[in-house]
Amino acid sequence: MALYSVVRMLEKKSRMKDLSMHVTDIARNSVEAAASQVIVSFGLDKKEGVLEVKFEDNGRGMSAEMVKRVTDPFTTTRTTRKVGLGLPLFKMSATQTGGSLLVESEPEKGTVVTAVFDVKHIDCVPLGDLAGAATLLITGNPGVEFQFIFNANGHSYSVSTTEIQDTLGEKEISQPKVVRFIKEMIQENIKDIDFDF
Amino acid sequence: MAKVKTLDDLRKMKDELKNKITLREKADDPESLVQIKVSMATCGIASGAKEIMNYFIEELDNQNIDAVVTQTGCMGYCYAEPTIEVTLPGEKPLVFGNVTTPKASEIIEKYIKGGELVDGIIPDSYNTF
Repeated sequence: MALYSVVRMLEKKSRMKDLSMHVTDIARNSVEAAASQVIVSFGLDKKEGVLEVKFEDNGRGMSAEMVKRVTDPFTTTRTTRKVGLGLPLFKMSATQTGGSLLVESEPEKGTVVTAVFDVKHIDCVPLGDLAGAATLLITGNPGVEFQFIFNANGHSYSVSTTEIQDTLGEKEISQPKVVRFIKEMIQENIKDIDFDF
Repeated sequence: MAKVKTLDDLRKMKDELKNKITLREKADDPESLVQIKVSMATCGIASGAKEIMNYFIEELDNQNIDAVVTQTGCMGYCYAEPTIEVTLPGEKPLVFGNVTTPKASEIIEKYIKGGELVDGIIPDSYNTF
């Protein structure tokens, strides 16, 4: 992103308002890294106020040197591999609650990004429309197999691209009518396991 | 309609809709559908691309327009986010910038339904795959 773009975005009050926006952003990194499989898992412990968000992909991965620089917005913007503000902003959201961000990667194997949030912290971003983010990642990225796992206080819900495709008997799940039903399904199930803080 | 909750509900819902939407026939030939790609990198997301993507999904569904709405990466127009790429059947893709909800509505009403060009097109030779 060029500096001019960043200034324009600030003028428009563009920002990462909630966790669901980060989820879309970080999961899209995996898609851009040519992953065919992305697993996004959430572990929420309400009592302790701890949320762990984990992204695992089988994309092209990164060298150890790249991993070191990947959360620094200033050294990464000029590399040929397009990594910009996504991870730095995600790291900021996590660390401002006293949490952490860990990036592990191996070239040609894939990347794992793990973030921990203290959801009781006053600076913790709200959850946002997580069902919507998950739905749009599943339906909006043909050819990428997504799996979302939600764990909250011992209850769990999991949904995946393949599962939906097999149930519908269709590969094509990007059409508006289908998207709306998928979103409703994920929303209801997340509500059911009380995944919220 | 009852709420969709399980995969089984989802399948039933689709069966009910079978007459209304011609999923399979059209899906085999994506060229026959309106294709919308919403730029969803950090810049797009931070500028509200998700709301725009949701708006297209809801509006195209309400109006029964056969379309596929997908995500794409940063097209390099971070200053003009949210940006979208619209491909009408048989036409070349067009990129629109600064897509707010009113602009999205205008794009559906004028360009998608009528083939009429609207302001906000980014001259572009970018090829998404």
